Amino acid sequence: MLPLAFLGLFFAWPVLAIVSLGLREGGVASVLVDGDTWELVGFTLGQALASTVVAVVAGMPLAFVLARCRIRGLGVIRAAVMVPFVLPTVVVGLAFRTFWPDGGVLPIVLANAFFNVAVVARTVGGLWAHTDRRAEDAARALGASRPRAFLSVVLPALAPAIGSAAAVVFLFCATSFGVVLVLGGSRYRTLETEIYLRTVELFDLSGAAALSLLQFLAVLAVLVLGALARRRRETALALRDREELARRPSGGEWYVVFAAFAVVAALLTPVVGLVTRSLSTRDGWSLAGYVALNTRGDRGTLAVTGIDAAVNSLRTAFDATLVALVVGVFSAVVLVGLRRSGSRVSEVLDTALMLPLGVSAVTVGFGYLITMDALPGDFRTSPMLVPLAQALVVTPLIVRMVLPVLRAVDERLRQAAATLGASPLRVWREVDLPLAGRSLVAAAGFGYVVALGEFGATSFLARPDAPTLPVVIARLMSRPGELNSQMAYAACALLMVVTVGCVLLIERLRVPSSGEF
Amino acid sequence: MALELDSITVRYGQTAAVSDVSLSVSDGEVVALLGPSGCGKSTLLRTVAGLEKPSSGAVRWDRADLAGVPVHRREFGLVFQDGQLFPHRTVAGNVAFGLRMKKVERETRDKRVLSLLELVGLEGYADRRVTQLSGGEQQRVALARALAPSPRLLLLDEPLSALDRALREQLAVDLARLLREAATTALVVTHDHDEAFTLADRVAIMSRGRIVQVGPPAEVWSSPVDVETAKFLGCNKFVPGSFVGLDVERVGLRATALRVDSDGLLEGTVLERVHRRDHVRLLVEIGGEEYEAVGPVSVGDRVRLAIDLDGVARVG
Repeated sequence: MLPLAFLGLFFAWPVLAIVSLGLREGGVASVLVDGDTWELVGFTLGQALASTVVAVVAGMPLAFVLARCRIRGLGVIRAAVMVPFVLPTVVVGLAFRTFWPDGGVLPIVLANAFFNVAVVARTVGGLWAHTDRRAEDAARALGASRPRAFLSVVLPALAPAIGSAAAVVFLFCATSFGVVLVLGGSRYRTLETEIYLRTVELFDLSGAAALSLLQFLAVLAVLVLGALARRRRETALALRDREELARRPSGGEWYVVFAAFAVVAALLTPVVGLVTRSLSTRDGWSLAGYVALNTRGDRGTLAVTGIDAAVNSLRTAFDATLVALVVGVFSAVVLVGLRRSGSRVSEVLDTALMLPLGVSAVTVGFGYLITMDALPGDFRTSPMLVPLAQALVVTPLIVRMVLPVLRAVDERLRQAAATLGASPLRVWREVDLPLAGRSLVAAAGFGYVVALGEFGATSFLARPDAPTLPVVIARLMSRPGELNSQMAYAACALLMVVTVGCVLLIERLRVPSSGEF
Repeated sequence: MALELDSITVRYGQTAAVSDVSLSVSDGEVVALLGPSGCGKSTLLRTVAGLEKPSSGAVRWDRADLAGVPVHRREFGLVFQDGQLFPHRTVAGNVAFGLRMKKVERETRDKRVLSLLELVGLEGYADRRVTQLSGGEQQRVALARALAPSPRLLLLDEPLSALDRALREQLAVDLARLLREAATTALVVTHDHDEAFTLADRVAIMSRGRIVQVGPPAEVWSSPVDVETAKFLGCNKFVPGSFVGLDVERVGLRATALRVDSDGLLEGTVLERVHRRDHVRLLVEIGGEEYEAVGPVSVGDRVRLAIDLDGVARVG
């Protein structure tokens, strides 16, 4: 019940408040008949679709290499793939702006894809790594050429994973905020940024609520499709260990490996560009931006120094991770228990827990603003507000990482422990916890970096005197002054270093790649 | 009287996996639940362990109803078909698990672990990782783990089925000796009659959720209660008792019931011969009917056959 209560109070209530606001003030009708709205919807879905296609195409060679190849530097590839996914959206936006200073549709699509290649590579690779190679061998023995065997045997087996990855990527891209805000400016707007603009700049709350409602419905539809794909995936396959399936690539497989390396190079380009930009000024190389982190920016753009914001970021992300870990692990345990008893509730709860992943963080942040007044105490200005919102974003990721591992624990192992005298709580401590321990640590680390880079909800909720680093970056970029932008790039680099450090640490734990992200 | 099952029924939705089963296992006795796969024997075992709830009926231990006693308080040891050892613990860590749950102090625990490893023939394995063990070794560890906390009752669910044949036969003999020496009260589920007869003092034959016959192995083997049970116990031909000179309505013939013998009373033609492990099996035509028989002859031979009563079961 705890996860449901958490979801109810900090997710359903704010979102429903938005929805009812939209309905009550008649905003929905006027928004729905507005031609601009449909243009907005069209652009949102179009760019999401294009980004998804790019991400899937770029992610497949990586999935192959991660799943099937035994080559040097696999760890580096695995880490390099993960880095973009956890980079703060604002940072990614800025990184692409170093190449396309004026933004545009192409950089938006590329930046969204850049973000989500990891989702495709990990989700598809995770399944691919455990799919029996012998079906492919059998097809080859029956006379199928290598491409033919891939198309008629491997691809259908992977289809559920590709489908579910594509659904998640599509959601992320459709609700992507930071990237579109930074690269689209006022010309290219999606539902997500429009909600933000209407709320913050036009104070058109009912219009924003109507748009949120529209977005929510679309997200729900995609999630249900994704859940269907997932169900097929979990029942249909005989899985095996990666170790016995990976081998050195041969023949034409090397082309795929080269393609994968090209994708990795492409993924690293914006990152390198960003670091370079943070170090170069009009007068040549300089550390001015980094030095400026200790100030409040050009002519007091900020209420606190960059360093203060960084410290605040670390602390906020820590709180968020803690909350998300408790709720996420608890939910995963409940889900496993429900699934065991064959309850339909588990599927509903499973999908419900995914909702925050797809519902825009902006909607959530906006929802907080209009509901939290009703809570006792001065909750709206409470310093816990930001961590809670971030936890909401992080929790689904933690559930997705921990759940497959817990589900993989043989039920009879728990029963064996029980017959030996272990109470249910003891079984959890003696069996589940040790077996899922590593993926728990990894999930925590992963959640931490995601919370660190969270921008959508935080930008709504963070008070000016306690901003996080991504909020500071966005603020610095929106103000003139070379020092400001220099400082923003330096802050990006800083955030990236922390993120990469965390990711490498997680990879060192060598968690079995059965999680979905 | 130790374990008593009183008209137990277990339902999954509409279908009854176990219907109205009553059975008792007395102190120190080993009873085998024998039946084809899907007959409900594993479900019954899991019900005894407390892993399934009976929809009606009662599981009693020393006359006390166990309905309200959860799995971990029943003190019934359980051995699964495939061991289910804890992969994150060593051999000793696995065996010691139940003792830790009982809060046995360390010194006693260590001693008990060592003596059990000796009992199952795995001295010196204490610090091995369980993932490095062979199937047979894993099963021995599983047994030691289940025995360590001195359970009131040992439940064995197809304990040897996952092993290859030679190992299975060896372990069955070892296991039988071990259960006798420790005077363990045990309930064994198996679909292999050799295994059941090697291990058990009494055998309960299950079919479609019901127990159809209970008795000592020799009795069940020689007098199956009906044709279906007789078929399950290896009879492949059913004839009137007069055919083999017995005063019963019907008997079942196993492959070894007819033996080539020049003094035999029956006569037939050999249609086929197949090499088995320790004999040659024949298909012989006698008076227009096909029978199985054993003996060293060639296809096409006219042979005389004698009846070996060890291969004949009275049915019904």
